[in-house]
Amino acid sequence: MSGLLLVLLVALIFVVLYQVARSSEMVARIQGEEVFDKKRNKILAFSMLVLMVAFFVGIYACHRYMMPLMAPQAASDHGKNYDFMFFVTLMVTGFIFVLTQILLFWFAYKYQRTGEKVPFHFAHSTKLELVWTTIPAIAMAVLVAIGLKAWFTMTSEAPKGAMQIEIVGKQFNWISRYPGPDGVLGKRYFTNINDKDNILGLDWKDQKNMDDIIVPNGELRLIKDKPVELLIGSRDVIHDVGLSHFRMKMDAVPGITSRLWFTPIITTEEMKKITGNENFVYELSCDQMCGKGHYSMRAVIIVETQAEHDAWLAKQQSYYAQNHTTEAPAAEAPKVDSAKSITMNIK
Amino acid sequence: MSNEATIQHDTHTHDTHDAHAHHEHAHHEHKQHFLSKYVFSMDHKIISRQFLITGMFWAIAGGLMSVFFRLQLGFPDQTFSVLSKFLGEWARGGKMDPEMYYGLVTIHGTVLVFFVLTGGLSGTFSNFLIPLQIGARDMASPFLNMLSYWFFALASVVMFSSLFINTGPASGGWTTYPPLSALKEASMGSGLGMDLWLVSMAFFIISSLLGGLNYIVTVLNMRTKGMSMTRMPLTIWAFLFTAVLGVLSFPVLLSAAVLLLFDRHAGTSFYLSEIFIAGRALPNVGGSAILYQHLFWFLGHPEVYIIMLPAMGMASEILSTHSRKPIFGYFAMILSLIGITVLAFLVWAHHMFVTGMSPFLGGIFVLLTLLIAIPSAVKVFNWLTTIWKGNIRFTPAMLFALGFVSLFISGGLTGLFLGNSALDIHLHDTYFVVAHFHIVMGISAFFGMFAGIYHWFPKMYGRFMNNTLGYVHFFITFVGAYVIFWPMHYEGVAGMPRRYYEYSAWESFKQFGELNQMISVAAIIVFFAQLLFVFNYFVSVWKGRKVTDPNPWKANSLEWTTPILPGHGNWDGPIPEVHRWAYDYKDNGEGGDFIPQHIPLREGEADEHH
Repeated sequence: MSGLLLVLLVALIFVVLYQVARSSEMVARIQGEEVFDKKRNKILAFSMLVLMVAFFVGIYACHRYMMPLMAPQAASDHGKNYDFMFFVTLMVTGFIFVLTQILLFWFAYKYQRTGEKVPFHFAHSTKLELVWTTIPAIAMAVLVAIGLKAWFTMTSEAPKGAMQIEIVGKQFNWISRYPGPDGVLGKRYFTNINDKDNILGLDWKDQKNMDDIIVPNGELRLIKDKPVELLIGSRDVIHDVGLSHFRMKMDAVPGITSRLWFTPIITTEEMKKITGNENFVYELSCDQMCGKGHYSMRAVIIVETQAEHDAWLAKQQSYYAQNHTTEAPAAEAPKVDSAKSITMNIK
Repeated sequence: MSNEATIQHDTHTHDTHDAHAHHEHAHHEHKQHFLSKYVFSMDHKIISRQFLITGMFWAIAGGLMSVFFRLQLGFPDQTFSVLSKFLGEWARGGKMDPEMYYGLVTIHGTVLVFFVLTGGLSGTFSNFLIPLQIGARDMASPFLNMLSYWFFALASVVMFSSLFINTGPASGGWTTYPPLSALKEASMGSGLGMDLWLVSMAFFIISSLLGGLNYIVTVLNMRTKGMSMTRMPLTIWAFLFTAVLGVLSFPVLLSAAVLLLFDRHAGTSFYLSEIFIAGRALPNVGGSAILYQHLFWFLGHPEVYIIMLPAMGMASEILSTHSRKPIFGYFAMILSLIGITVLAFLVWAHHMFVTGMSPFLGGIFVLLTLLIAIPSAVKVFNWLTTIWKGNIRFTPAMLFALGFVSLFISGGLTGLFLGNSALDIHLHDTYFVVAHFHIVMGISAFFGMFAGIYHWFPKMYGRFMNNTLGYVHFFITFVGAYVIFWPMHYEGVAGMPRRYYEYSAWESFKQFGELNQMISVAAIIVFFAQLLFVFNYFVSVWKGRKVTDPNPWKANSLEWTTPILPGHGNWDGPIPEVHRWAYDYKDNGEGGDFIPQHIPLREGEADEHH
């Protein structure tokens, strides 16, 4: 019923608007089209100025509202680069933006029709056109240069001594794997996967797997000021490791291992102080559409000191040990994972 | 393929009634059977209206979908009876199911990009304006032209039917990346819905190819005497390059779709490798999911320009006409169109910076991508110079053309962030992208389209659209578009991912809840303003103020030399000969400020563009 009323209401508004609009045509006929058109043209020209002012005031108001809600400063070295580049690009584009928008609305207002006049015939000027081909070209060259420098830095080989963590996406949660004491991740293959005791398909013939630690909710434990290289994979469809606080992301593609490295520079605890938010937490979001649970594919990232990390590591049991003891009581504990809470979210 | 031959039958009839050509003409049209005149028509003007009205249907459907998912995004903890009314089991109790949310997002994207802004935009205006502006009686092949529409209609029917099947429509996003789209285990929408999506797209591609080839042939071969390429209005140049882009890139999408169908049903592994899903390891090894993305974006990026170029062409024409000034830098405009067309094929992988592709290759694509800023900047400055010192008439068409320029600037500049891989690595797939492409190719292309409709409506129907409603439509849409999409840039900079059903569980993104509400409310208002436009359109078709002057805008191009309501064949008498370029807005020596293309050069007058 309310739906019907709404439809009727909208129809009514349209009809009223239409009648008002029709009557304006009527007024035009009474006043004489010419006079009416002239008046209307003047009003519309003025509205261009109003629109321009409203536009910039709106942008300012939006900025004021949004800034307190934005993400805190970048929490990685690459992220700092990113923030700098973003600023430079914003200045370049912001300048062009303000200039061209003002010109557009100002010209529209200034050169409104005020009557028949001999048109200003100005169809071509090589000099002007060269100017506005060259200046953008130079600006672009600068942006490309800065951009590529940052790009090749962040996509270069990870520094020696970087810690390696594997992060694997599946519908709809993340699984992370740490190399254990030997510092090397063992081989895995998708045909070995089973959800009971080998969620990543580790190859048990590979001795390097024996000490690998798997965290089934994808928690990433990173060390402040220590470079980390993520080896990124997927079990099923394409996912994407989104690290918004670190200003990076990389797709997780089945059949391919992609890599991403960076150095975290602010611990979670420090960030809580910086943001003044007791609940602050670094989050890993899935940034590539992966199915109905896409929006809930979340993992937590903890940036800690070396000492804290070592203490955590010491308490972990290898995945092999968890699943290959006669009575494995501890094995189920970490499995209260996001997978379950997510299914609850969806249903 | 001569001009006269194509509609031999019609002109013949005209000749027999030569004495009262105009009067008899109308009479003759009445005698034509309804089916052959309005349904299986081979008249480019009718076909263009068919494209436009089908496009409008899809725009409303696609817009309504966005209203639905905006309700979910703005008010995730509330229920809406309107949702359960429209979506039935997919929104039990008024709460939208995530599967349906993703289905709506997918179909919204697909139909707006392809059916509205490709079929509805270049289908409408290429068809309508090419013969009228180059001086031809119809397309090179009116029959293929008719087929082009009917394949589009078929594609529409298939796509629409996919909304009603019990596993729901395709739901992997409009890009439908495999493996998600290839495996029915991966999502409900990857079942029958995905097959229908692929079949529908195949029909659409056929439609687009038939249309595009026709446009190219017509522009190259059927220009009237004196209409050299460099005398053509910029609209025609834009339609020509649009068609070239489509003809060269759509087949690649077709191949991507066919391979995807094979992977889905024939057990091949073009896109699949090492997948464990629904409790078992699939046998497919050796394919590459990234291959599909290359194929898709090889069309997908040119597609952006397929959408933009017609809008650019029409904006150029309208800005010049209503400023009473020649377009500034005609040749620079053509060169920049060429530049954009060529570069369009060389930048596709900038959509794939974060797929793990070779960083070196990424670097090349950064360079090529940012190059596009140069022709785009040239166009913007040329538009600004066109209105500079003009004598501007603020018709609804002119307002939308000005709005188009504003939006093109705003959306184009944010492309410089996304095209730079070191920034894209953070902004990719966030709301920054959503804001960017909605402004630059969604709203601004829509503005070009609205400008075109308001401007050429008198030629289409012999009546004007209501101005006042046009102004209301403009102001609500222009302000609304910025209110909706401007704040999304901020959300994107904060890393908020797109295609999320809900954000409330995220510590990093939940602070935008209030903003999302505001955006949703604005989106709903803007949606109703578009209905107002549709209302204005259809009321004006029958009730609009009648056109009495065959050249109501005092424009130069040839379409205004036809009778107010041209029949099939466009000109009653011979096709006019062209003597000058399309933008001779200057003193005509008799107090007028324009000289149409068919007026011979005065003595001693130099032709600026031979």
